Amino acid sequence: MTDERFGLDRRVRLTSPLKLDSGASISPIEIAYETHGTLNSDRSNAILVCHALTGDQYVASTHPITGKPGWWSRLIGTDKPIDPADYFIICANVLGSCMGSTGPASANPATGLPYGMSFPVITIRDMVRAQAMLLDYLGVGVLHAVIGGSMGGMQALEWAATYPERVRAAVAIAATAKHSAQNIAFHEVGRQAIMADPKWNGGEYYLTGEAPSAGLAVARMAAHITYLSEAGLTEKFGRRLQAREALSFGFDADFQVESYLRHQGLSFVSRFDANSYLYITRATDYFDLAEEHGGLLANAFRGKKTRFCVISFDSDWLYPTAESRHIVHALNAASAAVSFVEIESPFGHDAFLLDAPEMNRVVHGFLKAVG
Amino acid sequence: MGALRPDLAIIAENVAPGARVLDVGCGDGALMAALRDKKQVEARGIELSRSGVAEAVAKGLSVVQGDADTDLGEYPADSFDYAILSQTLQTTRAPHKVLFELLRIAPHAFVSFPNFAHWRVRLALLWGGRMPMTRALPTAWYETENIHHLTIDDFRAFAAEMGLRIERAWFLTGDRLTSSAAANFRAEQAIFLLGR
Repeated sequence: MTDERFGLDRRVRLTSPLKLDSGASISPIEIAYETHGTLNSDRSNAILVCHALTGDQYVASTHPITGKPGWWSRLIGTDKPIDPADYFIICANVLGSCMGSTGPASANPATGLPYGMSFPVITIRDMVRAQAMLLDYLGVGVLHAVIGGSMGGMQALEWAATYPERVRAAVAIAATAKHSAQNIAFHEVGRQAIMADPKWNGGEYYLTGEAPSAGLAVARMAAHITYLSEAGLTEKFGRRLQAREALSFGFDADFQVESYLRHQGLSFVSRFDANSYLYITRATDYFDLAEEHGGLLANAFRGKKTRFCVISFDSDWLYPTAESRHIVHALNAASAAVSFVEIESPFGHDAFLLDAPEMNRVVHGFLKAVG
Repeated sequence: MGALRPDLAIIAENVAPGARVLDVGCGDGALMAALRDKKQVEARGIELSRSGVAEAVAKGLSVVQGDADTDLGEYPADSFDYAILSQTLQTTRAPHKVLFELLRIAPHAFVSFPNFAHWRVRLALLWGGRMPMTRALPTAWYETENIHHLTIDDFRAFAAEMGLRIERAWFLTGDRLTSSAAANFRAEQAIFLLGR
């Protein structure tokens, strides 16, 4: 008999109230998720994969809107470093997002209308609490590992800090323990672009049928630059012109890089909700793991048995290696078991989503060795 | 598992079972893996090279990419039973600071290094007039990572100056133990166990 809880395109409604960091509480919540592989008899082989800012639960299966392969299908899948033949793999859309989990575009049960800006402000820890409720529902007590890149790495760290007894190992890739002033600044540019779009309408656009796509596209364009590197952009585009022989002396996308960014912006708006973008960027801006533990990051990890693997990329200037080293420093100070490696890549922050054989090797070896 | 390098084999034999060990400059983690598998040691490592770290982590070891000269300060005092610095002291920028950190982090430290006063080295310099290249020091002066060459007698004096106790010492020629008599002349490398 198949268990309805497991498989692709699952959705669950969790009714017990989720108490949020803001003091508000929310219920019920829906969580959209997918599982791959089989939970073994002693329920010890579960790996939770946490997605990044605009990611989703389609970690290893085709995306229903874009038709693209799963966003981490280089790392997760048959004969990949995280193989469903070995592990029971869970990936859930984060609270506040727009791919099926409760977020600002969802109906507020009190009114029957979309939450819009009445959706409570959430934090990374709130996302993790919602994931913990999902694991309870799935019957997973202790995770073999939690793994994520970027905002997913923040969740992995938050998991280890908040539910250490439920996490044997945590892998944080291209992540940070706090959002820096520069990180917040870039996010604020994106949010202002959305809110400056008249169609945003104070977040009440769901019923008008016209979303603030122009603002959201600009937000995505600005953010996308932070995911790349100067060297990567130069290599990919240089100053090459887009489908023309000469400058237009106008404001068309003369340069390939302009055309590329416009495309990134446009394709993003078809799959993402502007208000979700506001809420999730806010959650990452609020993230400061040390702050949650008396201002000392080491306190977040002290006395915990979780094993950690921290990976950074040398060309990542969004969450640079120094941020990963800061995490490692705190883990060492807390005498936690930690591995750390900086990987060479020209691709900037996005490197963790691309072909990264060294990352794959480290992740595979690390997860295999977790007792 | 392949055989350990001779100096590492001696260190592995002499670490107490179940101890907590920090291996500074752990390479691909061969010693750490042996300590874990044979002595139930809880081992952590620091390694400068990316490839070394990747290999060690793939063995399931807890290794961080880091530099003995800059990153030892982040480990709390007495967080380990032993610190190990094998064939690395002579490559550090500030050996005295590294040694100080090792014995802050742990009450005991194993330190191994090539002996620059071995007779082959002396002869090469005396008769050749060029920086020696020997079995234990196979790299040309312009390529070697060794920036602070030292001898066994230098190390003994150095330990005394730093107020450190030499608890044990082993001397190797090739992969064979050799006596401590005239070790400064006869040994290619030395392994010291230091205490505070």
